[in-house]
Amino acid sequence: MTPAPSRLELRGITKRFPGVLANDRVDLDVRPGEIHALLGENGAGKSTLVKIVYGVLQPDEGEIFWEGARVEIRSPHRARRLGIGMVFQHFTLFEALSVGENIALGLEERLERGRLERRIREVSESYGLPLDPGRDVHTLSVGERQRIEILRCLLQSPRLLVMDEPTSVLTPQEVDRLFATLRRLAAEGCSILYISHKLEEVKALCERATILRGGKVVAVCDPRVESARSMAEIMVGTAIRETARPATRLKRAPRLVVDRLSLAPESPFGTPLREISFLLRRGEIFGIAGVAGNGQDELLAALSGERPVAEPGMIRIGEARVGRLGPAARRRLGICVIPEERNGHAAVPELSLAENALLSAHARLQLLRLGFVRRRAVAAFARRIVERFDVRTPGIEVTAGSLSGGNLQKFVVGREILQNPEILIAAQPTWGVDAGAAAAIRAALLELAERGTAVLVISQDLDELLGLTDRLAVIHAGRLSRSFETRQVEIGRIGMLMAGVEEPVPAEAG
Amino acid sequence: MLRIEARPEPSRTMQLATPFLAVALTVVSGAVLFALLGRDPVVSLHAFFVTPISSLYGLGELALKATPLILIGIGLAAGFRANVWNIGAEGQLVLGAICGGGVALWFWEVDAPWVFPLMVVAAVAGGMVWAAIPAFLKTRLEVNEILVSLMLTYVAVLLLSTLVYGPWKDPEGFNFPQSRMFGEAALMAPILDGTRLHAGILVALAVALAAWLWQARTLSGFALKVVGLAPAAARFAGFRRHRAVWSTLLLGGGLAGLAGLFEVAGPIGQLVPEVSPGYGFTGIIVAFLGRLHPFGVVLAGFLVALSYIGGEVAQIEAGLPQAVTGVFQGMLLFFLLATDFLIRYRLRRVPRRRAAEGG
Repeated sequence: MTPAPSRLELRGITKRFPGVLANDRVDLDVRPGEIHALLGENGAGKSTLVKIVYGVLQPDEGEIFWEGARVEIRSPHRARRLGIGMVFQHFTLFEALSVGENIALGLEERLERGRLERRIREVSESYGLPLDPGRDVHTLSVGERQRIEILRCLLQSPRLLVMDEPTSVLTPQEVDRLFATLRRLAAEGCSILYISHKLEEVKALCERATILRGGKVVAVCDPRVESARSMAEIMVGTAIRETARPATRLKRAPRLVVDRLSLAPESPFGTPLREISFLLRRGEIFGIAGVAGNGQDELLAALSGERPVAEPGMIRIGEARVGRLGPAARRRLGICVIPEERNGHAAVPELSLAENALLSAHARLQLLRLGFVRRRAVAAFARRIVERFDVRTPGIEVTAGSLSGGNLQKFVVGREILQNPEILIAAQPTWGVDAGAAAAIRAALLELAERGTAVLVISQDLDELLGLTDRLAVIHAGRLSRSFETRQVEIGRIGMLMAGVEEPVPAEAG
Repeated sequence: MLRIEARPEPSRTMQLATPFLAVALTVVSGAVLFALLGRDPVVSLHAFFVTPISSLYGLGELALKATPLILIGIGLAAGFRANVWNIGAEGQLVLGAICGGGVALWFWEVDAPWVFPLMVVAAVAGGMVWAAIPAFLKTRLEVNEILVSLMLTYVAVLLLSTLVYGPWKDPEGFNFPQSRMFGEAALMAPILDGTRLHAGILVALAVALAAWLWQARTLSGFALKVVGLAPAAARFAGFRRHRAVWSTLLLGGGLAGLAGLFEVAGPIGQLVPEVSPGYGFTGIIVAFLGRLHPFGVVLAGFLVALSYIGGEVAQIEAGLPQAVTGVFQGMLLFFLLATDFLIRYRLRRVPRRRAAEGG
């Protein structure tokens, strides 16, 4: 075979965001008719790179070559004209319109209705993607909706199809079907860039894989010959723990007991929790690692009381069975929570810091008298948070939305810690904050555990968990693995659990 | 090419100033409108805005008209802050009139001090029951409260017609569709000599004060605000949305019912097929014009009341068409929304090429 030019080649792509180097001199080379995997943990820079390829973002440095010729992809429109199709993780469909109407809206060219429907039928049948153009989208399953997105791309005869985590919402049968379609496309010469963190899938489907970590390419390999374990190690990296914490706290009495906690998802895209069990002891920090969307949000809602669970005994604080109690009642029993999303969940951006202090502290602190808010006490509490946690703000009357991400996070963390919780649950406590604020927050969590509070940290940042926790477990597809002592844990094992390679066994006693 | 973009931080002073700005713009546009109609703008505006309030009687009428608007506006504003959209205050008002008026008719010949309090209780309960229907459907079945409350308005109006054309018709009323005049004990006496003003205005002002205390100083009032601004944060805080839906709809329904009673037991004095010239709908304008704040609603209530009365005076004195009232209220709401929009967004001129690319 004559060496044909690469379908797509990236050379030295660099993209900076304030405080973050999202892509650091990334090289990527996708050959014609190849299924190429882009692997990496959350935050490794996959999404940024894909957005650059699809023209949503522009690189700060580096070059893009399309079939041997240098190009600048200034917009998604330009990308489509080149022959790049993209299927997003989150669909962009109008529920109330039909399949045909949705496809017509996404097409560059205007086609007359009858001809369009004929082409939809042709393409959908030839690729094994059965779809009726007349059906309304809201009647379709998630897998069928994805087919619309794929069809929309295929109708434009792409030469590179980018798929962002396409299987995260599919059933195993739908995944098999999708893979058959993708193989067929590749056989016809269409290249596929397949973004995933699911190693078994990548092994089954892809011919080559580029692995990103911390914005850099750390390896290019053939997933068919690599083991899932070796790729997981490359993906996660072998970080060394900086602080070793004494093991004595492992024998202390359990504060929070979660016992076979199951919860159905609230939305069709949610993850059900399946029989999650763990103990949280006085003075320890327990970590739950996992890739986003594996049930972390649901677990936080179940533990905080935002979504009551079926059986009161599924969640116990000491002797109290709290599974059916709401957030305020649980706070009175000692659980404080730091949700992942600051704006609109942990805090209301439109309200002042004082009002935001009242938001979660009204249950545990003496801030009310006969139902009236003690405004001086609230203001004093807010000022205490600002001082103790070094929140940079002109005052407590400014809105929460006017603070920077790191400052608001310090405020939220401080608000929960200063309520002297028995149990603190924190989701992604240092997500999106600058390094200084992150260090301050970690130090505050360690100090709190030192004073005897049981701390649970749910995070996608494995390095953070390795540096902070005494024990950790992995959540995947709504199940929790057994827990490991952080000091002795093998990182490759955690990486594989996160990717869902090893079926997690139920938590062991003790 | 003009482009709309969000302002980084809306100015606080402007937020307070917009209602006044909207009024000023309405007056100016009104003057232009009168001029185009071939009237003297000064005479017309004088008839509209000054004549109505230049006598004690006129001021009494103004307060009398403002009473139901304030009561309804306060109830609706509490709901709107919590993202509960009760559009059916008109129906709740009519039901209050029916229930309160029903009590008055039942005890027609009884002259006892407990008759009027009983009417108040019945009217408030009637309005609440009418508002409880959308609240129940919303919290149990997620049915849109806008549609339910709005459609129940027509049911209420027809129910009132059925009663006054049928069983409750005055047997000595020459077959007119209206009930008997209420007895002495069921009527609200004027509190100012030479006017028709009754104690309802004092109740409305007291309600405004209580609503402010509730919303600005208590935890449950704070909860309403959080539910409206950030539902996820409300859940996190333990503030229940269902509670906000129920409490605001019941409050709005109860106050509208009370407003209905004050109309039939006050200036009207009996049940007629039309007990309200649309106070329930105008209350929506009043709530927004008052910035959803109880004290703002009081001011807005008086202003909108003036537009009603001014419209009548302008018809009589300046010979303006009846539609002028509606036009004025419409312009007022339009300018308020427009100035509101311009506080939060600004228009910027961008070169045509850049604008096309950004799209």
